[in-house]
Amino acid sequence: MTQFQIEIQLVAVLVAAACAIPGVFLVLRRVALMSDAISHTVLFGIVIGFFILKDINNPLLILFAAGAGVLTVSLSELLLRTGRVREDAAIGLVFPALFSIAVILITQNFQNIHLDVDAVLLGELAFAPFNRVGDVPRGVVVMGIILLINIVLIGLFYKELKLATFDTGMAAALGFSPALIHYGLMTSVSVTAVGAFDHVGSILVIALMIAPPAAAYLLTDRLGRMLVYSVIIGAASAISGYWVARELNVNISGTMATMAGVLFVIVLLTAPERGLVARAIQRKRRGERFAVEMLLVHLKRHEYTSEAASENTINHLVEELNWKPKLAQATVQRAARQGWIERRRDALTLTESGRQTAVNLLAR
Amino acid sequence: MNGFDLSLIFLDYTIRNVVLGALVLGIVSGTLSAFAVLRKQSLLGDTMSHAALPGVIIAFLITGVRAPLPLLIGAMIAGWIGTLIMRLITAETRIKQDSAQGLVLSVFFGFGMALLSWVTRQPGAEHSGLDNFLFGQAAATVAEDVQTMAMVGILVLMLIVVFWKEFKLISFDMQYAKTLGLRVGLMDVLLTTLIVVAVVVGLQMVGVVLMSAMIVAPGVAARQWTNRLGVMIGLSAMFGAAAGVTGALVSSTALNMPTGPVIVLAISAIVVVSLLFAPERGVIWEHIRQLRRRGVLHAQIARQRLITDSKRPAISSQPANQPVAQPIPVQSGGSANAKGVLKP
Amino acid sequence: MVTKNANNIPLVIEDLTVAYREEPVLWDVDLTVPQGALMAIVGPNGAGKSTLIKAALDLVDKAAGRVTIYGKPYAEQRQMVAYVPQRGSVDWDFPTNALDVVTMGRYGRLGWIKRPTKSDRQIAYESLVKVGMESFAQRQISQLSGGQQQRVFLARALAQDAQLYIMDEPFQGVDATTEKAIITVLKDLQANGRTVLVVHHDLETVPEYFDHVLLLNVKAIASGRVDEVFTPENLRATYGSRVDALIRQGVEA
Repeated sequence: MTQFQIEIQLVAVLVAAACAIPGVFLVLRRVALMSDAISHTVLFGIVIGFFILKDINNPLLILFAAGAGVLTVSLSELLLRTGRVREDAAIGLVFPALFSIAVILITQNFQNIHLDVDAVLLGELAFAPFNRVGDVPRGVVVMGIILLINIVLIGLFYKELKLATFDTGMAAALGFSPALIHYGLMTSVSVTAVGAFDHVGSILVIALMIAPPAAAYLLTDRLGRMLVYSVIIGAASAISGYWVARELNVNISGTMATMAGVLFVIVLLTAPERGLVARAIQRKRRGERFAVEMLLVHLKRHEYTSEAASENTINHLVEELNWKPKLAQATVQRAARQGWIERRRDALTLTESGRQTAVNLLAR
Repeated sequence: MNGFDLSLIFLDYTIRNVVLGALVLGIVSGTLSAFAVLRKQSLLGDTMSHAALPGVIIAFLITGVRAPLPLLIGAMIAGWIGTLIMRLITAETRIKQDSAQGLVLSVFFGFGMALLSWVTRQPGAEHSGLDNFLFGQAAATVAEDVQTMAMVGILVLMLIVVFWKEFKLISFDMQYAKTLGLRVGLMDVLLTTLIVVAVVVGLQMVGVVLMSAMIVAPGVAARQWTNRLGVMIGLSAMFGAAAGVTGALVSSTALNMPTGPVIVLAISAIVVVSLLFAPERGVIWEHIRQLRRRGVLHAQIARQRLITDSKRPAISSQPANQPVAQPIPVQSGGSANAKGVLKP
Repeated sequence: MVTKNANNIPLVIEDLTVAYREEPVLWDVDLTVPQGALMAIVGPNGAGKSTLIKAALDLVDKAAGRVTIYGKPYAEQRQMVAYVPQRGSVDWDFPTNALDVVTMGRYGRLGWIKRPTKSDRQIAYESLVKVGMESFAQRQISQLSGGQQQRVFLARALAQDAQLYIMDEPFQGVDATTEKAIITVLKDLQANGRTVLVVHHDLETVPEYFDHVLLLNVKAIASGRVDEVFTPENLRATYGSRVDALIRQGVEA
């Protein structure tokens, strides 16, 4: 691998890691779409900042971006508080308006400047190595710093974040202002988004803030592990995305977002316990066990009654319990294998252990 | 802005198309916005518009032409696949709807952008219009586009008229509708499809990023003005149309002005005005009502104090630690004043 | 035992089992609701009361069992049944008035596409009169109190002119006036030969309001006439020991 390639991947991995961390909390707090809103409105912050600072490379632009993020959240809350707009609608009203203002300002005033609107969505990772600070690509420096800040913030406020995410009321009662935590999180999202903008654009920021944490959510119950898995999956999306994009000669960010999706789907299918395949198997087993339980209870109920001869047959099961013949057959076989029933031609009878099991079921 | 001659709307071919297209877009998306808002599917617009991108590009790859109808169909299919994936994720896992939406939105769009970059590297100029889908470009609207949009729009409106009571019922009480024997699943699919169609129709005008506003804003604005569903839908369509036409006119006469953002600003302004000033529901009126109520309450309390004090003229001469039963706590200064006023 | 000649029994439920994920919510439930009964379904939280009626109405999937309405499956008998869901199941901020909501009860008879006629609206209005809400006909539903909303839901069901009425907690969180109004309507229905099945949350009022009761806690503990079945032993079997406090308050057959 050339240094060029290494540097690009390094920037990408740093972006992925920096995004994954606030992303975990966005997903857990059910405000994932704020990443969508904020990654668009940071453009507004940048434009206003540029008006004032007149320098596209001024690091203070990050403050304006953070401010735009806070503004987005405040305006959404304001709309919410009128009581006439729902949460998701509020977000959907605020960010397009701010983004529109930004786009208009740009196209009217800045046609010649680097602020290319297309790039806003996609960024251009391929240019990362060309923009250097000393010996190192600027991207590495910027994203490295942001990643560090995110890690430090999460480390410092870990227990507050944890508490406020799962129990807002209790957090407030203990004196941790949930509002402060919320705004703090959004500020982190804004800063991360604006840092990542140059390289990956808003769409990949959204993808990296949501897809890896969502996948991690399917893999673990523990917050710490969720953070680690998110970073790993994010980094994997970045690296695999880079190589696929190189191979097919297509846009890198778009491919990375696609790979984030692909990895998510893989986890969705194969996650132990919570994956779709695992659940399908669980459901089947539960259904089988359920059917056996119903069979035993049914036999017990009609045992020793005059209708026993007609009731406790397979055909009757089909009729009465509304089972398909195949299901009835399979269930009977399963029950027999467990030693719970005996089958003499058509008639079914409970064994001693079968009867005991049925009694336990009925007592539940 | 340069001096603008209204007759240009009718005379100039481009402007006419642009305005007509925006009119259709506004009416269709406005109408469906009302339903989306009532069914709590507001952000469907955002998700669908992003998810549609790969559909548009694949349709282009298959048909080789930038004709509106195949692109619309491609967008619809992609939109529907996105919806299905979202439903699957929320139904089968503990991932919530917002994350599912964000996932589908960003991954589909990213995929679309990757496809687009591949397409633009292919020879042939036919694909040039595709990046208009990002921010919308009214000037790119040709008569054929308008015709297609209009036909689709008419179809959509007809379906709404025909299935009016069914759509109303499933938007209000789906479970009850099921017990009446209504084919709820079918109607749900149909209505969601219409919303997807509205999104897709508007894409070329407003662009992917901003389409969400067109599905959220008109309905929210309209709701503030009326309590009748029919009126709400009509208003919603009107607001959409007004915003669309405004944006189209401004962007086709000003230099370098993309259509989408202007339309969005127009509809956002309408929302703000509606939220603040609509009769009854308007926030300003409610504020005034609150102040008035508080004013009335203060007056009542003040009157009570006067009455209470007038019944006990010797209050101020009683020693401080004597228990005096009073309905409302009164400051000694106040009662002295009141006593002074009411001295018989 | 399959009751094949049940054409005159409003509701027969046999071996009904409904499961949600791991746990059974309803287990092997049998119930016969006799013609003209005013029957309450009671049981602790999570007992499956709402699930029972939803399963009867094909609103949730059954793991096993059969439901017949006047001898036929529910799907063939929809016109005979009217459902009053819980008040909290809709968003009352929907832009429509009380009369319109009640008119929706006529949609089932109209079928596809056709619009409600004048006579439909007349019937809807009369239903509002029956629940004492006629002066609210043009009122936006979000401006109604909880009790008024409940009455509108009831009127909607009345407008269907069904034989069997199934209600989910209609007395939950309503004021005393509304409660009286509702129970009057229910007894009226009974007097007119209809059958009413009600998921009820208040044990105290069972003997006063209902003549039949089903005691449910995942399994059917007992069902039948109130004076026969609503006993301390059955209540204890349904609710556990905490029902003793209720019994001390005098809740006895």
